[in-house]
Amino acid sequence: MSKLLKLGILLLISLTVLAGCGGSGGSGGEQTGGSNDNGGSEGEVTELTFWTFVGLHIEFFEEGVRSWNETYPDRQIKLNAESFPYDEMHNNLLLALQSGVGAPDIVDIEINRFPNFLQGDIQLEPLNDIIEPVAEDFVQSRFEIYSKDGQFYGAPTHVGASVAFYNTEIFNAAGVSPDDIDTWDDFVEIGKVIKAETDTPMTVAYTSGFWNFYPMISQRGSDIFDSNGDVILDNQDNIEVLQLIHDMVYEHEISVLAPGGNHNNEEFFAFMNGGGAASLIMPSWYASRFVEHMPDQSGNFVMKPMPRWEEGGFRSAGMGGTGTAVTKQSEHIELAKEFLAHAKLTEEANINIWKILGFDPPMHTVWESPELREPNRFTEYFGDGLFDMLLEIKDEINPLNITNNTPLARDLIETNVLHNTLRERSQTPEEALKQAADELRNR
Amino acid sequence: MKPNSPPNLNRSPSSNLKMKRNGTKLKNIFYSQKVAPYVFVLPFLLIFTGFYLYPVVSTFIMSFQQVLPGQTEFIGLRNYERLFNPTFFRALYNTTLYTFWTIVILIPLPLLLAIILNSKVTKYKTFFRACIFIPALTSTIVAGVIFRLLFAESESAFGNSFIMFFGFDPVAWRQNAGTLMFLMVGLAAWRWMGVNMIYFLTGLQNIPKEMYEAAEIDGANTFNKFRHITLPFLKPVTVYVLTITLFAGYKMFEEAYVFWEVNSPGNIGLTLVGYLYKEGFQYNQLGFGSAVGVTLLIIVAILGLIQLRLTGVFGGKGDN
Repeated sequence: MSKLLKLGILLLISLTVLAGCGGSGGSGGEQTGGSNDNGGSEGEVTELTFWTFVGLHIEFFEEGVRSWNETYPDRQIKLNAESFPYDEMHNNLLLALQSGVGAPDIVDIEINRFPNFLQGDIQLEPLNDIIEPVAEDFVQSRFEIYSKDGQFYGAPTHVGASVAFYNTEIFNAAGVSPDDIDTWDDFVEIGKVIKAETDTPMTVAYTSGFWNFYPMISQRGSDIFDSNGDVILDNQDNIEVLQLIHDMVYEHEISVLAPGGNHNNEEFFAFMNGGGAASLIMPSWYASRFVEHMPDQSGNFVMKPMPRWEEGGFRSAGMGGTGTAVTKQSEHIELAKEFLAHAKLTEEANINIWKILGFDPPMHTVWESPELREPNRFTEYFGDGLFDMLLEIKDEINPLNITNNTPLARDLIETNVLHNTLRERSQTPEEALKQAADELRNR
Repeated sequence: MKPNSPPNLNRSPSSNLKMKRNGTKLKNIFYSQKVAPYVFVLPFLLIFTGFYLYPVVSTFIMSFQQVLPGQTEFIGLRNYERLFNPTFFRALYNTTLYTFWTIVILIPLPLLLAIILNSKVTKYKTFFRACIFIPALTSTIVAGVIFRLLFAESESAFGNSFIMFFGFDPVAWRQNAGTLMFLMVGLAAWRWMGVNMIYFLTGLQNIPKEMYEAAEIDGANTFNKFRHITLPFLKPVTVYVLTITLFAGYKMFEEAYVFWEVNSPGNIGLTLVGYLYKEGFQYNQLGFGSAVGVTLLIIVAILGLIQLRLTGVFGGKGDN
């Protein structure tokens, strides 16, 4: 008994020593927190942290900080911007918000991960008071994808209009022109000519990326979920789209399986850079990948609207997106929100979205401004009139329905559906879509 | 061992007898052979409690919960019921197959290498040992990126140009279950060969030379010496290597992650830890992820026990 007592005493001693350390550490933290608060109210520099998964976004936000500090000299901001890899950033953020410590003030969240942060007691600040005054000037659907129960949680970065990238060098060699393509039927016919004349495939089919399947179903007004959140992945429209992607590879023989499986890997960049395929269906933000990773094709590619499904059908789809949010853990929530409004929801900011990021800005009041017609590294690669083309298709974009199961749905399409139908050919499009839809329904 | 010259001699003995007695009592604790070990292991115990035991207990509790910020609730066994889905079984299958292959490759080959590099007739032993060990110093991620480039789909990549030299068609290495398993096991084998070889080398060098001399006098040939001296003496090392290979196999994550992250076509590269990661962090299902983790723990514990019993470590037979 006395031995136990002694042990207990020992444990207590060491615990008090350790607790002492912990205590002093804690008070240190509080002190620094306090000084920050003072900084804010006395008109000194306030530090805000910002996390993103795209290095280029830091450049864009730093421009926002410069402009903010010029406009509000008495409320200076210093932005501690950090860029992490996609997965790591979202995982860190999830854990920080779950555990209640360590989250940044402002953060970029990608559309496919956004639903994860809208569950439970939402740890993001509603942005209604900064969004509602300007909502009229924006593409409304881009706020809705980051919202829940009427509250908006993310400031959009782009419209993400999907387009067709055509390699004119290959088209010219085959004696055809991208302008000959209006519908998907034309696309297939021209593809056959190109294949016959140049022995180059018209396009690629991703087996682990949903970037041709998803825009193509969205074009037809279909989606993975309907507006009530019910699964419609296995509807007739979607089956027909997947069938066409399949037939382009195996029946018309104008498409090949994408090397590396998707749009974002070394093998694929090398393939496209070497003129491996005559066209690509991708959201317009993919332009930056062309500029960065396929320099040899500079001047060859043009951006055009996607082929339509039928007369008068839509020629684009809004794909991808990044919503910038303010977390509840921020010590300067109001300042962070006002800064976010300044950095993303003003005309100046939206012009910078085009200038710095090359994205189609979601604020439609700037679409006519001359700044968007000035040459930049994207017009250098793809030729002039780029923005006017994007403007042309702005009304041909259906909204997307994002639900809690969107992350899973994307994975199911990318790991099972496309792989099984296009590469393994172990399932028909109908079987594969049905299986994935059932798994989503059983969730 | 008891000290008979207490250090508090300068204190007046008459002033406070009680305190002195207390002092010796405290000292006795530190000098006591019963208590002192606990003092020395205390730092470990505290770290263990804070960073291992607490998370394990907390994972166990979370596996019965739905974990959402501010709305965590107990949902009974529902997380475990959800484990019965094809994706989980695919992950279990991949992990088991991977573990099987690493055991098949990473025990006999390093043993053979160790014997060759321990032999008197081999030249430049240190050089070869260093060469085989160096891969262990690289990170799996860096090595994996190189592997990915070597085994890219294009015909000009190393892997394809090699097999095409022998008249085979080029292969999309990362896209098929079999070839991806080859890449993952190959990467693991390349990295761990040297480490396991070092274990076996240590074991070999502990075998008394007299045993071999005696065997030679008795007329034993090389194979008999290997069979009746080398192998039995290496048994403890082999059991150890088998155990760590088994555990490393089941907790494998990086080797799969470098090739496909966690979303591979048809889930051909999904491991149990990958599945845990995907559910927990990518779908925000920390409770379900915890259930996968607990299940993995149980599987590994059972396999480990079976393995140790079969090899005689727990059975008592092997000790004789």
